Amino acid sequence: MNNEHRPYTLIAELTYRCPLRCPYCSNPSDFAGRGDEIDTDTWLRVFQEAEALGVVQLNLTGGEPLLRDDLEQLVEGAGKLELYTNLITSGIPLTFERLSRLRTLGLDSVQVSIQSSGPSVSDRIAGAPSFNRKLDAMQWVTSLALPLTMNAVLHRENISDVEALIALAERVSADRLELANTQYLGWALKNRVALLPTREQIERARTVAIEAKMRLRGKMEVLFITPDYYSEYPKSCMEGWGRRFIVVNPEGLALPCHLAHTIPGLHFEQVMQSRLADIWHHSAGFNRFRGEDWLPDPCRTCERRALDFGGCRCQAFHVVGDAGMTDPICSLAPGHGHIESARAQANRTTEIPVLFDYRTGRGCSSR
Amino acid sequence: MIFTKVRPRLSPKVRLKFDRRTDRYLLLYPETGLELNKSAMAIVHLCTGEWTIDEMVDHLIRVYTDVSPDEIRREVCGFLDVLADRGLLQRVS
Ligand code: SF4
Ligand code: SF4
Repeated sequence: MNNEHRPYTLIAELTYRCPLRCPYCSNPSDFAGRGDEIDTDTWLRVFQEAEALGVVQLNLTGGEPLLRDDLEQLVEGAGKLELYTNLITSGIPLTFERLSRLRTLGLDSVQVSIQSSGPSVSDRIAGAPSFNRKLDAMQWVTSLALPLTMNAVLHRENISDVEALIALAERVSADRLELANTQYLGWALKNRVALLPTREQIERARTVAIEAKMRLRGKMEVLFITPDYYSEYPKSCMEGWGRRFIVVNPEGLALPCHLAHTIPGLHFEQVMQSRLADIWHHSAGFNRFRGEDWLPDPCRTCERRALDFGGCRCQAFHVVGDAGMTDPICSLAPGHGHIESARAQANRTTEIPVLFDYRTGRGCSSR
Repeated sequence: MIFTKVRPRLSPKVRLKFDRRTDRYLLLYPETGLELNKSAMAIVHLCTGEWTIDEMVDHLIRVYTDVSPDEIRREVCGFLDVLADRGLLQRVS
């Protein structure tokens, strides 16, 4: 089997429902109601087919995966397939008993997303009182000896809070701390003026994170994920289109990345209608941006193309209007001006108080 | 730098899994993993909490006679560094 295109990770978005309403939720923001979610048996079959394709990691995410009543069955099924199963959650609603049962059934690790280091800002961002319940959840995770990742999505409102976030992660004995900068897609793109930090804010946060990484080496892994708006070159989104990841969304659509279906003109399949292997190998949507033939200029001849594959297709579409173009993040991209003006705007609006619009309806994972 | 009298043990939070597609072992941990080549696997096998780093190196020098001792020491320390960086080792001293 060809290892160039082998999925290692299945991202199972179990539901769009979420009790919280974070403004940076990166799911498509055009969602009005709750669609039909695929059922337990379909998920279990998808896990099996994914494992057969080479998947070894399973991320159970959403929305809020804890809202699925059959989460126990799903974790158990994944455990039987020896998938390394990560639960990606806001920590709400959870009880110690449920977590402990999930662990017994085969859960391997838990990632809890937090919005800020203290209750007042955190609860305001999440749009509901939630901070203390998240603390409880994190303590349960470590008391059950499950690896704990604390994930904080950084934006202008909480980026000056990085020290306190690190201190909190230490206090709850997290194994990993992910300081991820907001990805400006979906809802966050619409709120970009309110969310994008200035370059100085980013640099300061990075310095603090690097210091903590050295100090906590061996105890806690500190990951600072640079916002691509301030990088010279794009990241390899999802390690390449249809190369390492399969996302299956709550309605059963199989995708190379969780926003791929927001790109018009691409065709994706439902897991109810097709086997995952057929989708992986033959889906026109998955094949559209594989390999190098589709690459635009200047990527076509650029030495970095094997590293970043021309960047994020969704960003190219949502920012420049053409998914087949170079990610505008790239300083060599024809569409780079869009990013430069967003940065300039971020630097102008530092004094303006941040107002959050609240999402209603669909939730998403914290990334 | 890793202190060579330490006896590293793989953290219970990582899982070693044989990958039937590549005939290699994968070290799985939260949301990511490492694909181990032969020498990395030989090192991981010794991360039981019983071997000091010095003993690991000596042992591997005896097994892999075709590789220079210096190179083995460098590889062991380098790989253990990678594991320690990611918090995948426990130290038993
Ligand atoms: S030109 Fe294309 S391949 Fe080169 S760095 Fe920019 S996005 Fe990457
Ligand atoms: S799913 Fe979205 S709304 Fe819910 S906690 Fe995560 S980021 Fe916030």
